[in-house]
Amino acid sequence: MIIATIIGMAIVTMVPRFIPAFIMEKVQLRPWLNRWLNAIPFAALGALIFPSILTVIPDQPWIGLAGGLIAVVIALFNLNVIFAVLGAIATVFLLTF
Amino acid sequence: MGETSMITDEGVEQTKLLAIKRGAIAGFPIFLGYLPIAIAYGVLAQQSGLTTFETTMMSALVFAGAAQFMAANMFAQGAVLIQIVVATFVLNFRHFIMSMSFVNKIREFPMRWKFGLTLGLTDETFAVSSLNGHEAKKEHGAFYFLALILLAYIGWLFGSFLGAILGDALPATLSDSMGIALYAMFIGLLVPSIKKEWRIGVIAVVAMGVNFVLMNVLAVEVGWAIVISTLLASLLGIVVMKEDEA
Repeated sequence: MIIATIIGMAIVTMVPRFIPAFIMEKVQLRPWLNRWLNAIPFAALGALIFPSILTVIPDQPWIGLAGGLIAVVIALFNLNVIFAVLGAIATVFLLTF
Repeated sequence: MGETSMITDEGVEQTKLLAIKRGAIAGFPIFLGYLPIAIAYGVLAQQSGLTTFETTMMSALVFAGAAQFMAANMFAQGAVLIQIVVATFVLNFRHFIMSMSFVNKIREFPMRWKFGLTLGLTDETFAVSSLNGHEAKKEHGAFYFLALILLAYIGWLFGSFLGAILGDALPATLSDSMGIALYAMFIGLLVPSIKKEWRIGVIAVVAMGVNFVLMNVLAVEVGWAIVISTLLASLLGIVVMKEDEA
């Protein structure tokens, strides 16, 4: 029944993804609504980063934190995100080596 | 920025090919970040008793990393269909909130494009697409998002298949180190926005704090924790954000 489970997972994942394509048609855009929708990416990024970044190396939360701080420093220089990614990977690699 | 303006930054019309190329460049960090994680998923799914076909099909049809890792673990523990499907729904419901925000940015696109692009929304494709939301106003903007999402999708599919056929190919320290890749990408997306507008930083930090309390203090399931903290912090945006921040 693995394939049936996968199809079930696909349905419950896809439906919430596409429903807004239809409901947003009906919603009249107001300034406060626009401000809310525009804030969602930044709120989501915050929630996706922390505290989950502490579990990169499950029993050593400070390693994920260190990798994240290096990424912050690199990102402050406005370099392409690739550099933040490579810098963080190198940091975690060196700390776990 | 005007709602109906179709003029590019430079005031030059963008060709379809240029839109695709620029979308692929924006999607490339996701592609790179997905590869090692997808390989790790492929290895885990294989060890949980899924065939190579099933492992790759799950990536093709579900396209949601965290849920697929969870499902592989649940299969290994002998969970049944309904348990895995319900857990997947909870874990992936955050895409509903993300999709509302994304669809608002691509309002002018025809319905079939909105439908197709939203099917490709993950945390990563949403984050990168949102921070390049102005691309929707450009000529052939839809192809920018299509290229971005498709490249991420190809990386996810290819990595899953590779993990399934190769087994444990990456050395453990290297694959552990790569676990930070997508977090670093999120940070790399967030920090320049905060540098430009401190109010964005307030929203992100509130989301982090709320999420920390929900997950580590109240032990809320991670899926709901992310939905609730994203909602609460973004509602704060109604008060603190200025109109033109996209």
